[in-house]
Amino acid sequence: MNTNSNSYTIIYASIMVVVVAFLLAFVSSSLKEKQDKNVELDKMKQILNALNIRDVQNPEAEYQKYVKADQILNAQGAVVSENGGFKIASKDIKADNLPLYVCDVDGARKYVFPVYGAGLWGPIWGYVCLNEDKNTVYGVYFSHESETPGLGAEIDSEKFQRQFSNKHVVNDGEVELGVVKNGKVENPEFQVDGISGGTITSKGVDAMLKNCLSEYNAFLNQK
Amino acid sequence: MLFSKKNKEVFVNPLGISNPIMVQVLGICSALAVTSQMKPAIVMGLSVTVILAISNVVMSLLRKTVPNRIRIIVQLVVVAALVTIVSNILKAYLYDVSVALSVYVGLIITNCILMGRIEAFSLQNGPWESFLDGVGNGLGYAIILVIVAFFRELLGSGCLFGFQIIPQSFYDAGYVNNGLMLMPPMALILLACIIWVHRSYNKDLQE
Repeated sequence: MNTNSNSYTIIYASIMVVVVAFLLAFVSSSLKEKQDKNVELDKMKQILNALNIRDVQNPEAEYQKYVKADQILNAQGAVVSENGGFKIASKDIKADNLPLYVCDVDGARKYVFPVYGAGLWGPIWGYVCLNEDKNTVYGVYFSHESETPGLGAEIDSEKFQRQFSNKHVVNDGEVELGVVKNGKVENPEFQVDGISGGTITSKGVDAMLKNCLSEYNAFLNQK
Repeated sequence: MLFSKKNKEVFVNPLGISNPIMVQVLGICSALAVTSQMKPAIVMGLSVTVILAISNVVMSLLRKTVPNRIRIIVQLVVVAALVTIVSNILKAYLYDVSVALSVYVGLIITNCILMGRIEAFSLQNGPWESFLDGVGNGLGYAIILVIVAFFRELLGSGCLFGFQIIPQSFYDAGYVNNGLMLMPPMALILLACIIWVHRSYNKDLQE
């Protein structure tokens, strides 16, 4: 057969495209359920990380144990719904649709807030856990999609995240918690050292904390 | 013959004398991107090896049917489909691995080693030889990545695999990590040094 003729080429290309399309669609739809489940488990793991519960083997059980409610708040800081916050994807978080995880760790009430923003190469996100006073940081967790390994990607290291413990969030009614250039901390009550060489990612974390936590301003200032 | 002299050469040559990075100068871009630490370098090296071996075999099986004029497109479709399927399977069954690999999926599809080896080798050779060629080239690529990453992580952050290697007493005595090592240009310079050493041992490669 002449594999160089026009009609052969066209038929070959069409068949190839159809076969590959079916193959990809089949793989993707048959694995969808398992993948979604994994994403959910991963989200639970991230929330637990913010509660300083790391390296969990069974995220589902641990999540049930510590997280008491996944509330939805509105911009005034009032509870709209007692549960359903977990199902809100980060792109759907907006003024009147704010997820809040209410947790109990060893008898103490903790609040976990989701945060999301942009790094240098792609999205970054995380969870911030505050003590009952809604001001002192108990733990944080950050992750990223594609920051530079060794530089910006260090935001997902425990070493970077531990710096946030016991920092304060609100100053004069505004969110002050943030990240500054490495070695430039002037106000250690609110500021954390950035990552040297990962300036843009560090700035991204700073903006993410300020933007997302400000949404909860009303709730944070309720005493 | 499964391991004839020729097949052995197909497998062993890419590790040294015809190394994809040092001699064929393929896959340089990803060698810059993932070599600031040891772990991502090894992960990337292994995933390229696996994908290269499979795509080489698939293309070699298809080689008699592929119309010459659209062969590059066919290669691209095969590679991209393969990478997508593998990453979907990982997402469903080995979620942690897929998270670690997420950055590299795009880099694997566009890695010139894949297209280069398919075009240069598997379109002319049988599946078994192509498989050996894929594994050989993948490992040859991985070796260089690991060597570059070793120097970059050790000199750039004083660690290996994230563990501190250079003792604190050195820092107290005034030693400073070389931050430039973490930047992509240093990967190129290290790569050039490796090529220099390699060529001074293999005189017949010198031009």
